Formats: sequence, C-alpha cells, structure tokens
Amino acid sequence: MLMVLATYFILVILAIIIYSIFEKGLKSISWEMLTQVPQGGYYYGKGGGILNAIMGSLSLAFGATVLAFLIGMPVALYLNVFLIRHKRVISVIRFLLDLVWGIPSIVYGAFGFSLMIFFGLQTSLLAGILTVTLFILPIMIRSMDEILCTVPIGLQEAAYSLGSNKSEIAFKIFTRQSVSGIITAVLLSFGRGIGDAAAVLFTAGYTDHMPNGMLEPVATLPLSIFFQLSSPVPEVQNRAYASALVLTLIILVVSLFSRGLGKRYHKTKINF
Amino acid sequence: MDHSTKIAIRNLNVTAGKTQILKNISIDIPKNKITVILGPSGCGKTTLLKCLNRLTDLYPELKVSGQILIDDSNILAAKEDIYKLRQQMGLLSQRPYPLPMTIYNNIAYALKLRGIRGRRETHKFVVQYLQQANLWEEIRTRLREPASRLSIGQQQRLCLARGLAVNPEIILADEPTSALDPISSQFIEETFVRLKHDYTIVLVTHVLRQAKRIADNVVFMYLGDVIEQGSVEEVFGNPKMEKTKLYLGGTFN
Repeated sequence: MLMVLATYFILVILAIIIYSIFEKGLKSISWEMLTQVPQGGYYYGKGGGILNAIMGSLSLAFGATVLAFLIGMPVALYLNVFLIRHKRVISVIRFLLDLVWGIPSIVYGAFGFSLMIFFGLQTSLLAGILTVTLFILPIMIRSMDEILCTVPIGLQEAAYSLGSNKSEIAFKIFTRQSVSGIITAVLLSFGRGIGDAAAVLFTAGYTDHMPNGMLEPVATLPLSIFFQLSSPVPEVQNRAYASALVLTLIILVVSLFSRGLGKRYHKTKINF
Repeated sequence: MDHSTKIAIRNLNVTAGKTQILKNISIDIPKNKITVILGPSGCGKTTLLKCLNRLTDLYPELKVSGQILIDDSNILAAKEDIYKLRQQMGLLSQRPYPLPMTIYNNIAYALKLRGIRGRRETHKFVVQYLQQANLWEEIRTRLREPASRLSIGQQQRLCLARGLAVNPEIILADEPTSALDPISSQFIEETFVRLKHDYTIVLVTHVLRQAKRIADNVVFMYLGDVIEQGSVEEVFGNPKMEKTKLYLGGTFN
C-alpha cells in the first residue's frame, strides 16, 4: 500500500510539473521565439526569441558530453578491466567519484571560474564546456561503471581463455556487451549538462547573440529561463515557461533518439 | 615425466584467504586421452581447471603455488605471454558464454587472435570449426545472426568451435553438459571422443555415467585432495581407496 501510494504520489507530482510547463509554455511559445534572437528590450516585453539560448545550450551540452565521453569511457573501462586484481583501489576510486558526484554544480561553477581567471580566459563557450565537462564526468563514469560491472565473469573468462589481452577485452567485449547502457549513461550526462544553470553562470556568461566561436560568451536555456522569470513583465515571465518547454522537448527528443539507437545495438548482447 | 604425459601437476596448492582449496596435489594428465576429474561439488575441480590456463589471475584472493608443467615448461612461472599460453587451451565452461557478436564473428574473433585475418581463409576455418563442433548443418543459413539467438545447446557447441579455433592442444571442459538437454549433451560427448586423437582433453564432471562412457583416465578428488587416479578400468573397476568406493557406490556425493 505504501509502495502504491508513493508511486502514484511521484507520478502525480511529475504530471503536474509537466502539465504546468505545457499549459503556460504552449500559450506563449511562438515561431518567432524559436527562430529569432532577443531584440533590444526583450526582457521588458519587446520582440525577439531565444534561438541564441537554444543554440548555445545545444553546442555547450554537446561539446561537454563528447569531451566527458572521451575521458570517461577509458576511465570506466580501466576500472573494470585493468584494475580487476586491485579491488581496494577500485572501491576507493568509486567512493571518490560518488563524492564528487554529490558536489553542487555551483561549486563546479566557482571552480571553473577560478580556472578561467588562472588561464586568463573570458566567460566563453570553451570555459562553459570545460566546467560542464568536469561537472558531468563523475555522472558519466559512474553510470558507465555500473553497467560495465554487470559483465559476467564467465564471459570475461571465456574471452580471456581465447587469448585476448586486456585491451581487446575492454574494447571488444565490455563495450559490445554494454552498448545500450553506455548510451543511457551518455544521455543522462547530456541531460544533466544541458539543464544545469549554476555551472554555466560564471563561466559561459550570457549574450543576446548567437554563439560565434569558442572564445565568445554563449547564452544558455537555463539562464534564459532565469532572466525571463526575473522580469517584472508577466508576458515575459510566461515566455520562461515556453523556454522550459523547449528544454524539456530537447531532452525528450534526445532520449527517444538514444533509445532507438540502443535498441539497434541491443540484439548482440548476451543475456544471462 | 614420460612421453605420454601432456600436463604434469606437481604439489599444487591454492588458497583463498584462510581456506585451502587445493591441498598439495599432483596429477599426470596423459596426451591424447580424455582425463575425467570426478568429485562432489566444492572439491576444487573448477579451481584446478582455472589454474591450468591461469584464469586464477583474475581472482586476486587466490594464491597459487606449486608447478604445472605443460610440455615441460612451468606455466605458473610464466611472466609474459600468458595470452599466448591460454591459446594452447580451449575452455568450455558450465554454461555457454558466447561473445556479444554474431555467430560468424564469434569464430572469426578467435581466428583473429590466432593471427588469421584474410577473408577467404577466415571463412574456410569458420566452416571447418563449426563442422568439427557438429553445428554447421543447423546454422549454416544463420551465420550473421547474433549468437544470443541460438539455443543453449547450440551456444555450447559454438563455444566449443570457438575454443578449437585458436588451435589449442588441450581442451578444458568444466561440466560442459550440466546445463544442456540430453541430445546436446550427447553431441558434446561424441565430439570429445572424436577429438581426442588430436587433443588432450580434461573434463570435469560429477556425472558418473558420463565419466564411464568417455573417460580414459580418472582422477577422483575430495575436499581439495586427490584421493585416487588411474585408468578408468582401475578406478571404476577396482577402486583402492575407501572414499572412492563410497562415492562410486553413490553413498555420498
């Protein structure tokens, strides 16, 4: 009974959130909003749109996800294949990763900011990407790690007994057996990256222009929502819901896409 | 060590923490014969098999000492080329573990590790090994399907074909028929008997009838000790030790 109540409670809350985003967002969303950058005085009710933030968020989250994948995948494989004889080292690393996973993103923002100052960078797409990468790396590594952990020892033994070395085990056996889980991990990280405001607040900056280069500031959807909500004009506040709707839809599309991709590669997986 | 001995195990000890899994055992495994290792569950049969191809390296808690001589070289001392060393032995485990790829690529993967890459040559060998494992006729039209779609019995034969594809001299089999239906089990047994002219086969089982059917040589183990070893006629026909008699009589298992 408790389980049933808790489940429906959560479902209802989620439905209310989604309903309010759709209800308020659909009213004020418009073609203009999706295809134009803000005009002067946008935040006080003048015309324009949030294309700058859509493009900014996409390029930032995409860049950070790719970078985090390139770093995170080898780390997760290293943990599960090369450190197999060092169980204690693995558990220390896992513990540390879980710890940094829990650090609030504003701390990453502050850290990214001090790195930026150190390297003499301005608020820019690059600084934003680097900060968000740091922020989603623990999420990426640990969620891949959880999947790679489930590769059965019997399968590893079978592959080792053929004379595979550890790299072959990592890249041919572990990755193939875990494709769908790896895609889920990447998607999860992308969702966290695109939805976070605090990590990009100091580092990516904000602008009314389209993103034009790694060293220029970019607008992002979460900050755009924040600025629109802070406006005294009710019409602009409603636009914030439209922006939230766009953000939600982006995540929905990405997750449907990755589901499809995961299914395609799922069929060679061995079920145990 | 006389010429007919392929594997000589000398004073092998395996411990996991404070428990001793194998207690100073010595076994001679003759060439081109089927040697069956018999014994109740938990007597160390599987661990023994894992020592033979150094899969024990994957388990940091296992400490292995002693000697395992294969063709006179001690594989426990080998520092390098464990990967090459493992290719001398094909492994068949209790339940089949096909690799997460197509049926064809399961064999092609093993061939590649052995150094065979050309497309035509690969295909020739894939066909040959699938035939040897008695699987070719059933799956000749399904080569590009994922191996996971095969039945358990077919998967086990695929694993056998894959094990043969690295061109081993020894086949290690750990209760390979325990998860299979009677017909698939019979296929595997027949294949073993056919293969023993070219390979040295070490079969772990707790099925007495299976041992009687195909063994040339029997090793009986109990709680980490080797109780008795010898030809199948000696051990089954005229067991010397009390424990062997009891086990063969079905009094304990």
